[in-house]
Amino acid sequence: MGALQSLPGRPEYSDLAEKTGFSFEQIGVLHKRFKQLSHNEETLRRDHFNEIHDLAFNPIRAQIIEAFFDRRNFHQDGEGKVQEIGFEEFVVVMSHFRPPSDHMTEEQREKTRREKLRFLFNMHDTDNDGTITLEEYRHVVEELLSRSGTLEKETAKCIADAAMLEVASISVGHMLLDGFEIESRMTIRFLNMDTTTLCK
Amino acid sequence: RTVSHGSSGRLRGLFLVMVLVFLESSVFTLAFASSDQHSPTTAHSDGHKATDHGSHNNTGKAFPVLDLNYENVRVPFEISLWVLLASLMKLGFHLVPHLSNIVPESCLLIVVGLLVGGIIRGTGETVPPVLDSKLFFYILLPPIILDAGYFLPIRPFMENLGTILIFAVVGTLWNAFFVGGLLYGVCQIGTESSSILSRIGLLQCLLFGSIISAVDPVAVLAVFEEIHINELLHILVFGESLLNDAVTVVLYHLFEEFSGIGTVTLVKGFLGVISFFVVALGGVLVGVLYGILAAFTSRFTSHTRVIEPLFVFLYSYMAYLSAEIFHLSGIMALIACGAVMRPYVEANISHKSHTTIKYFLKMWSSVSETLIFIFLGVATVAGPHDWNWTFVTVTVILCLVARVIGVVGLTFIINKFRIVKLTTKDQFIIAYGGLRGAIAFSLGFLLEKDHFPEREIFLTAIITVIFFTVFVQGMTIKPLVELLAVKKKQEAKRSINEEIHTQFLDHLLTGIEDICGHYGHHHWKDKLNRFNKKYVKKCLIAGERSKEPQLIAFYHKMEMKQAIQLVESGGGIKLPSAMPSTVSMQNIQPRPPTKPAAERAIPQLSKTKEEEIRKILRTNLQRTRQRLRSYNRHTLVADPYEDGLSDLFLKKQKMFQIEKKMNTYLTVPAPPPDSPTMCRARLASDPQAYSIKPALNKVPMIQVDLASPQSPDSVNLLDEFGQANQQEEEEQGLMMKPPSRPREGKKPGEEDEAKDQQKLMRCLSDPGPSADEDEDGAFLP
Repeated sequence: MGALQSLPGRPEYSDLAEKTGFSFEQIGVLHKRFKQLSHNEETLRRDHFNEIHDLAFNPIRAQIIEAFFDRRNFHQDGEGKVQEIGFEEFVVVMSHFRPPSDHMTEEQREKTRREKLRFLFNMHDTDNDGTITLEEYRHVVEELLSRSGTLEKETAKCIADAAMLEVASISVGHMLLDGFEIESRMTIRFLNMDTTTLCK
Repeated sequence: RTVSHGSSGRLRGLFLVMVLVFLESSVFTLAFASSDQHSPTTAHSDGHKATDHGSHNNTGKAFPVLDLNYENVRVPFEISLWVLLASLMKLGFHLVPHLSNIVPESCLLIVVGLLVGGIIRGTGETVPPVLDSKLFFYILLPPIILDAGYFLPIRPFMENLGTILIFAVVGTLWNAFFVGGLLYGVCQIGTESSSILSRIGLLQCLLFGSIISAVDPVAVLAVFEEIHINELLHILVFGESLLNDAVTVVLYHLFEEFSGIGTVTLVKGFLGVISFFVVALGGVLVGVLYGILAAFTSRFTSHTRVIEPLFVFLYSYMAYLSAEIFHLSGIMALIACGAVMRPYVEANISHKSHTTIKYFLKMWSSVSETLIFIFLGVATVAGPHDWNWTFVTVTVILCLVARVIGVVGLTFIINKFRIVKLTTKDQFIIAYGGLRGAIAFSLGFLLEKDHFPEREIFLTAIITVIFFTVFVQGMTIKPLVELLAVKKKQEAKRSINEEIHTQFLDHLLTGIEDICGHYGHHHWKDKLNRFNKKYVKKCLIAGERSKEPQLIAFYHKMEMKQAIQLVESGGGIKLPSAMPSTVSMQNIQPRPPTKPAAERAIPQLSKTKEEEIRKILRTNLQRTRQRLRSYNRHTLVADPYEDGLSDLFLKKQKMFQIEKKMNTYLTVPAPPPDSPTMCRARLASDPQAYSIKPALNKVPMIQVDLASPQSPDSVNLLDEFGQANQQEEEEQGLMMKPPSRPREGKKPGEEDEAKDQQKLMRCLSDPGPSADEDEDGAFLP
């Protein structure tokens, strides 16, 4: 391991491009980043993510990292976690954050919306049972407050309770859809991404 | 019903007559007063004059028992009269049925101004020059801008900042040069060489173009607030109108300078560009500075709560004036000051001060706006006019054309960079919403006659454009919005869930950006937030609040709001001891509940929780039909009861029964539900507790499973509506009955009816923020 992997040829890129909707350039940049993160190995593991310096300040770091190793996000109807991911899975997870393209039919928009929602849902649903329990939601709130330093467990619990009760008579998806326009909110601009030289 | 309607109709008529009489008398007084300067002797009434003269001639002067001395009081008296007139007009409009739906208020006010001016002129007096530029820029404009800046919705503003800036800067520049240049061309080519038009130089035309091209925030606010379009369009047009002030200031001074000198060199042009940056950034810097000062000052006001609002107003006004000293953009300074100081000041000041600030700002800006429009009308009648058909019509047409081309062209470029593209409908509304207003007029008024012999032509044209945009565009924009089915303002209440998910999404996107290695704007926003939390908040927020995370603060604020609503509804009979004692309502004393044990239907809930549940039930009952009133200066008071009157009567009956039988701890009987105390202004940005939304069928149904049975804070579901409709309530209050429909997991099919009938309670085990013993605890933002 450690040998410089040669760039996958164009056919592999086009496969990925078709699957995820990224352009060739974007996949190229993502590949560079992948290699940088994995130190030129073929697969990424959790400790590679832990090395990202900027991520250290993020309160929901653990959940974000888990999302990359969650089979449910690989669009392959799998379940459970993996220990390491390849480039393809990396790109597939990233594709959840693509902005909606201009020429999308209403149907495609629905589809992307659902996918993004499903991604978010999977992040909350840590035990893979398809439901978000109050405990899991509480965990979310605790994580969000974990960086504040004044972790009042009681308050966190109450906030989670209040939120859960508010939402329990409508689905989480419903609330997110209505208030949020999630297909445009949950996006990253993959425009000028080649800053791999700047960051570690 | 018909009787009351008839009598209220008669009352209305009486009131209108009274207003008219008052109007006439005030106008005459003003007319006489202004004629004082010309003929002081006629100002006094004849009888007294005679006695005065007579008594002066006598050596033994009689003591004047009743004397008339108008001169001393004149100026304040006239000012008060004008303000009173404006306020009465506002009242009058809303009494006339249907008028306020068809015609926007700004139009009506201008018409009133025209009438007043006409009456004054008709009596042969000269119309007072009311829209003096100094008065306008230093007294009338700042409250409106401060109101806008203080309550500016920061998030949508920042998200669309790029778009707004492009519209404001590039759009205004385009407008100015297009209109100015073409006007010059028309003047030179289209008219005979001897006419006055051909003598207007290019620079004068450009100056005129720059005056007329700026979208006016006052007019935009006045019109847009009545049409309730969606947040994006509102913030785009409104933000543009605020930020283009910098451009207008620079262009105005630039062209004024140049037309005085006569020659333009490249260096001067370059300096002009630099001065734009100086003006804009300098204005913002001044504003930020004063904002930080205000925030810092508010940190120490815990012992003198009474003057807290004064600091807010004074610092903001100083920011405006300081910027004006250096010819920087005062409007941008004001906006920056208000926006910067708000989060910190609100964390420091008391609840009452917050309300005071809110109300004063609304009141002043409302009065200012009314006065501005009335004065516009009066100034139209007064002004020296020079009507020139060519000039005026060409100006109007060019303004419209320039605006449309500018918006379409810029949107084409902007859409390449936006995630949420602007549709054609959006573009139309943005173009159509480019209203001109009093700022243009005042700037024109400021022009000196000796430098600009064509000043009157300019003024006439400006007034015509203003009238056109305000009347034609203002009146038709509402039906057009309906016709085009533009997305209206969503009834999105900021629930705790939305807050949680917004924060979650923010962190998620920042994390993904970090993983990508891409320093996008999420990354920088996160950095700014961290910096803010670490250093700035510690300096500017007093005490413990500086460490409070935003989520907790939000949650407390929501709790507070619910508590206030509960009390207002007259249901504040019992308050749970868990209620934060920082609530500054003097009538409420938190007491432990004394409910007998037999009433508890679910044994594991403690008494405090029970009270919480009751409280929530009561508030939810009354809020079932409450719709969010989008915040709007004209309808500042949200009336939650207009739809739920029958429910309300039911509830009122129950409440009275309850009160009769229990000890109330209120020292003052609860006010009736429709009294003014019941109606409180609710800003749209304030968090509201969540209320039911209608079901959507296309939604991906994600199962939400409720608490696991072992958790002690088990959640209980109640069939509220079932209870409400049952008349056989026990006197002790709303009982909790075991759920009529057990719902552990939700199935997709059931939601529709279930949604309407289920509300869940909160288990508030939260002891509340650090209990401040003093009544005016810090207001929780």
